[in-house]
Amino acid sequence: MLRDNCALVVGASSGIGAAVAERLAREGFRVALVARREEELRKVADRINQRAGEDRALVFAHDVTCFDEVPALFERIVEALGGLSVVVYAAGVMPPVALDEYHFAKDRQMIEVNLLGMIAWLNEAADLFRRVQAGVIVGVGSVAGDRGRAGQPGYNTSKGAQAIFLESLRNRLAPANVRVITIKPGPVDTPMVRHLGRLPMMITADEAARQIVRAIGRSWGTVYVPRRWGLIMWVIIHIPSFIFRRLGMK
Amino acid sequence: MDMHESVAVPRSAPQPAGLRLKHIERVEGWGMAVGGLSHVFRPTDAEGVRAVFDLARREGRSVGLRGGGNSYGDAAMNTGGIVLDLTRMDRVLAWDPATGVIDVEPGVTIERLWKTIIGDGWWPAVVSGTMFTTMGGCAAMNIHGKNNYKVGTFGDHVVEFDFLAPDDGGVRTVTRENDPDLFHGAISGFGMLGCFTRLRLQTKRVYSGRLRVEAFDTHSVGEMIESFEERAPDADYLVGWIDCIKGGRGLGRGIVHRANYLAPGEDPDGDLTLAVAAQGLPDKILGLFPKSLMHLLLRPFCNNLGVRLINAAKFHAGVLHPRSVVYLQSHTAFAFLLDYVPNWKFAYKPGGLIQYQSFIPKEAAESAFEEQLRIAQGAGLPPYLGVFKKHRPDPFLLTHAVDGYSLAFDFRVTRRNRAQLWHLAEELDRVVLDHGGRFYFAKDATLRPDVARAFLPAENMRKFAALKRRCDPHNLLQTDLSRRLFGSDLAATMESAGAR
Repeated sequence: MLRDNCALVVGASSGIGAAVAERLAREGFRVALVARREEELRKVADRINQRAGEDRALVFAHDVTCFDEVPALFERIVEALGGLSVVVYAAGVMPPVALDEYHFAKDRQMIEVNLLGMIAWLNEAADLFRRVQAGVIVGVGSVAGDRGRAGQPGYNTSKGAQAIFLESLRNRLAPANVRVITIKPGPVDTPMVRHLGRLPMMITADEAARQIVRAIGRSWGTVYVPRRWGLIMWVIIHIPSFIFRRLGMK
Repeated sequence: MDMHESVAVPRSAPQPAGLRLKHIERVEGWGMAVGGLSHVFRPTDAEGVRAVFDLARREGRSVGLRGGGNSYGDAAMNTGGIVLDLTRMDRVLAWDPATGVIDVEPGVTIERLWKTIIGDGWWPAVVSGTMFTTMGGCAAMNIHGKNNYKVGTFGDHVVEFDFLAPDDGGVRTVTRENDPDLFHGAISGFGMLGCFTRLRLQTKRVYSGRLRVEAFDTHSVGEMIESFEERAPDADYLVGWIDCIKGGRGLGRGIVHRANYLAPGEDPDGDLTLAVAAQGLPDKILGLFPKSLMHLLLRPFCNNLGVRLINAAKFHAGVLHPRSVVYLQSHTAFAFLLDYVPNWKFAYKPGGLIQYQSFIPKEAAESAFEEQLRIAQGAGLPPYLGVFKKHRPDPFLLTHAVDGYSLAFDFRVTRRNRAQLWHLAEELDRVVLDHGGRFYFAKDATLRPDVARAFLPAENMRKFAALKRRCDPHNLLQTDLSRRLFGSDLAATMESAGAR
């Protein structure tokens, strides 16, 4: 009735989403690619299908802020794939925000794309997976959601709220045998962060995807990518606020 | 409410337009050991049932009927097809406290039933070990209680029913008199002929909300049978627990519980105990520990050693509390032992459990059950629970009941023991067939087709096949269990088996 090894990746046109989609396809998944830019999606799909020698990737152009479109599109995707066992939400934006800039439109865009779009998509996935008592939900968050930094209040908020939402889903869905994984990557070399320049300990999107796909196979809970960020963030989380304020972390 | 004071309120359910993703659900047997995906619909009235039949025909799918989902195995599953979940057809349509006759929809649970009638001094004539079974399921499986030997099965207390079959003949009212074949086939017919849309039941007059209960030790299967035979004539309920892990000289040791209704005036608090509130099961163990979490405490004991310890403690508890003591117990506490610890089955996670229950004629019961216990213990798969009951024959076509006894085993299922357990069940089946015994579809997860066709009387199978052709000529109604035992053309299979 529903085939195994079918995945849906939202935000698959570039960066981590595209890399995860390619990795999953390499592991034998049929993959639905969702993003706003159809042309970019087609390039990803072509790479996947050429490598696989068959039509393993399907393209669905969609703006994640068009929340009302999600239920019907979700159903169409599951029908087209013939099933669904993994959903990855990797869509995200981080427009440049100056330290003295308070820009509601930018903050709103981050909340809508990073958080509300995720809620719209993952609610659909959660409802299906709860009913069939199987499935893996992955939300790609960020270490930036662990503390409120001076440089990106809107982005930090969207990623922090993402983590709470995913934890709630995890607690709701665990009895139904559904795994919900929160991925918290450190800096990853993607178009989204190019404006920030070269960041410390940056990894490639493909390396992040490798670790995410490994987590899809076996993990529960929160997974830092790479793992050393778990230790780093543990330390950062425990820095008292009055000291953290003075460190000037952006 | 009065029988003539109709409370039927039309509740038009939206008609299903097609098979949509939102209808797909995993449907499991109660024991969690078997499950699969289906399109699930929950109609609220007979029109909704008919609409799902129509949808299934259009889509070329089969339909499996499901009530409370308390069948241990695959009897209420229809993997890949449509499951018609009747739990939303849950209205009490009429109740006459003067006669104890009640009209209910098929999704009414035993819990709803007893809560409706007990205040007026009535109790369901037959109840299962859980109060969450539905009337439709009870009738389709023709369930029995701990009083089977005395009052028969659930079907013996059905006065009439309204029935909607896929043949599209409309809803018909069926009684023992106007259509005896259909009456005796639909009850016990495990949902293969049609859907009950209303059942009229005769309930039992009681004068107290309590029963007088006594317990007795027995030291072998033979002793348990003797104890049942001795007490059956004047006991209203009898049930035995068997320590299935104990072998050697203690093989078959157990405890028998006997219960009797109280006569009028016998209970000084009679009226008070008939209140629904007086029947509530406690929600804490020893007043402290929430029972909803008890399954977590049970989990470490859900293995051979743990069960051995628990069983020994239970059996020897009589040293501290002499069995000869007679005590009063509420109907719910005595009847619904399975509900005493909510979700106790979760202690069997992740693999779940199966129940294996066989029914053996009286004269062969001792040797058959002893042999089954030895085989299971020898295989290293002792049952973790054994429940013993006495039965009597009944007129329903696919009945499980015999003039004899049943012993129900609970087996833990794990990924490692699954194949071995199914093989063990085959060996236990052989013992049942050798002793002229029967099986019960509500419990089954393991029977093979040849065994099912061997235990059912040929004449009954021929009659049931004729009913299937009449009520469901295109085999719309199927379940995983029906396909496992009789293929997708049940009538043809039963006809050929019945022609032997």
